[in-house]
Amino acid sequence: MALTETTTTPPANMAAGAHAARRSGVEHKPTRAFVPDPYLDLATYSADADLLTLSLGPQHPSTHGVFRVVLYLDGELIVKAVPHVGYLHRGVEKLCEKLSYSNITPILDKNDYVAPMCNEQAANMAFEKLMKIEVPLRSKFLRTLLAELQRIASHLLWLGTFAMDLGGALGGGTSVFMYCFRERELILDLFEELTGCRFHYNTHCVGGNRHDIPAGFPALVHQTLNVIESRLSEYLGMLEHPIFRDRTRGIGTVDAELALELGLSGPLLRASGIDHDLRRDAPYHIYDLLDVRVATDDAGDCLARYKVRLEEIRESIRLCRLLVDNIPAGPICSTKPLSNVVQFKVAAGQAYVAIESPRGELGTWLIAGGNKGQSPYRMKIRPPSLHALAAVPYLFPRHTLSDAIAILGSLDPIMGEADR
Amino acid sequence: MAELLVNPWLRGLLHGALLITVLMTAVAWISWFERKFAGRVQSRLGPTMVGPSGLLQPLADALKMFQKEDIIPRGADSRLFRLAPPLTLFLALATAAVLPITPGMLASDLDIGVLYALAFSGLLSFPIWVAGWSSANKYALLGGMRMVAQGISYEIPMVLSALVPVVVTGSLSLSDIVKYQASHHWLVFSPPGIGIVAFLLFFTTSLAESNRIPFDIPEAESELVAGPTTEYTAIRFGLFASAEYAHSVVSCALASALFLGGWDGPWLPPVVWMLLKTAALFILVTWVRWSLLRLRSDQLMALCWKYLVPVSLGLLLLTGVWVHFAG
Repeated sequence: MALTETTTTPPANMAAGAHAARRSGVEHKPTRAFVPDPYLDLATYSADADLLTLSLGPQHPSTHGVFRVVLYLDGELIVKAVPHVGYLHRGVEKLCEKLSYSNITPILDKNDYVAPMCNEQAANMAFEKLMKIEVPLRSKFLRTLLAELQRIASHLLWLGTFAMDLGGALGGGTSVFMYCFRERELILDLFEELTGCRFHYNTHCVGGNRHDIPAGFPALVHQTLNVIESRLSEYLGMLEHPIFRDRTRGIGTVDAELALELGLSGPLLRASGIDHDLRRDAPYHIYDLLDVRVATDDAGDCLARYKVRLEEIRESIRLCRLLVDNIPAGPICSTKPLSNVVQFKVAAGQAYVAIESPRGELGTWLIAGGNKGQSPYRMKIRPPSLHALAAVPYLFPRHTLSDAIAILGSLDPIMGEADR
Repeated sequence: MAELLVNPWLRGLLHGALLITVLMTAVAWISWFERKFAGRVQSRLGPTMVGPSGLLQPLADALKMFQKEDIIPRGADSRLFRLAPPLTLFLALATAAVLPITPGMLASDLDIGVLYALAFSGLLSFPIWVAGWSSANKYALLGGMRMVAQGISYEIPMVLSALVPVVVTGSLSLSDIVKYQASHHWLVFSPPGIGIVAFLLFFTTSLAESNRIPFDIPEAESELVAGPTTEYTAIRFGLFASAEYAHSVVSCALASALFLGGWDGPWLPPVVWMLLKTAALFILVTWVRWSLLRLRSDQLMALCWKYLVPVSLGLLLLTGVWVHFAG
């Protein structure tokens, strides 16, 4: 394949305004007038209804961390849902204003703790854009490979937890959960082989990667992908039966208009029928050399989100195989090896970089010039999970409590990222 | 000694004590078996540390249960809260009284054994509801309400499908039903086609009665934390857990007595056949539990009222016709 010069720059029309999908010219027809009032007045619901107020979370087993949502229940039926975020707020963005550029990467691993590689990637791409540093080609390949492996691992974890939401901690759901974790472990093993860490890698740095691939790594990747691919179809048979379909079809439907209005991205947006993927529509690293097949589904319900994520696992497996066979020789980092934590100083400037993380558009907006140029003046992270949680008040009402758990699971929120 | 055993009261007491001892011991090691089984299903090992192959794990669990702090929530209705766990276990064990383990061995050969067993197993949803109600916890309350709705709904197809053997054999006594099967055919085969469907219906509804996946919506850990037992700790929680296992085992034994010929079988002694059939059914229950997802409560109700109740009514009608013309 012809390797052309690429940049990490998003298209020019991504400056400001509406959803990224709209900016990149995705056509869609509004199906209905948008009704943006999920906070309905309870008095108008029904005069004689005796509503039960249930504070679901933050310690509830199925809220995927410390998410809390106050539900107003009429029997089992949810009338109104008020989400509360912020229980895992750690002030990461503020902390970034004090840390040097090299020191920011490791703390970002804790943001989206299911896809740490993508956090590092998003931030370092923003730093590089700010500092106008070009990443060597080998590193671009490596970063893309890591991002795709991370996508598989993240979606596998999602599949496991979603099955557990549907099937309970003491039943068939846990079996699928254990299988998914077994497969995810294999990818963590690969990352351990590469970086020495299983979770908090700190492998991306400004200008490239810190760890080069060890001998025999491509063979190991192929072996792992083969195992995952063969087992995937094996245990999906366990999941795809009438009970699963009954529990997910028509549940938590997001139509295209609502998805765009809420700023949903990633698999959630694609499951609502909008064909948008930053890997294809605003390619970074070497995605413009890869023909990324974007999976979409028109239904917009939990089943559609499940299907889209599964397709993405399969597509990522294909991309990983392609990538690992074609990694070019060369340096993996274009900057000097780190000798001083304040190696990089930027006086002024701004940069916004968005990547397609497993959960959607993970953006980093950077204003340089804090701490005498050693740190960002402001670093804003756009977490896809936070926007996904914004859908909760729209999706929960008219469903039962059991459905609410399924819907929340299908949104795949990671609180570490949403609360930062 | 022999004269003592002739006394029906003494005999009943002895058999009852024996049954409870055996059943509770079985429940302990059934929990070990289930954990091992789940471990194998999920490609892990299950308990391994306490004793050989983790065989002493149930003892360790029981010891732990006794040592834990016993907490009664401040807002709870303390008397009902304390009443619910032992009542649950009592009802689960009481069902076992009419089980014919061997031709001669059963605690009480009631004339209305089938009715008695179904009534007690149907009553079981009420102490669980009491637990949910008295806990002063919203999850527990929701779980308790689900339990009542599910218990009452599934009672109907369960009783109707259990009536198929009663109609065929013309007796409500469990020992008579098993004796009939020993001399004729097992009822799972006997009204051809009808028997197997009735057995499947009975087995499915008894899964629902004993709160096993895919029908465990009252407990529903992922939604209701632990359902009616959310606020329970220590041995009170342990009583609920053992009651659930006891109920599952008794349901399996009941199903094998009603449809699979109970103690009837060649070569082996009757007690072994009874235990083998019960164990086989329990393995099936466990297998289903660790393979399936859970239904939603309204889907559960729809399944019961739209499909199971009409089918079981039809079965009963067909059985009547069969008995009239062929029986």
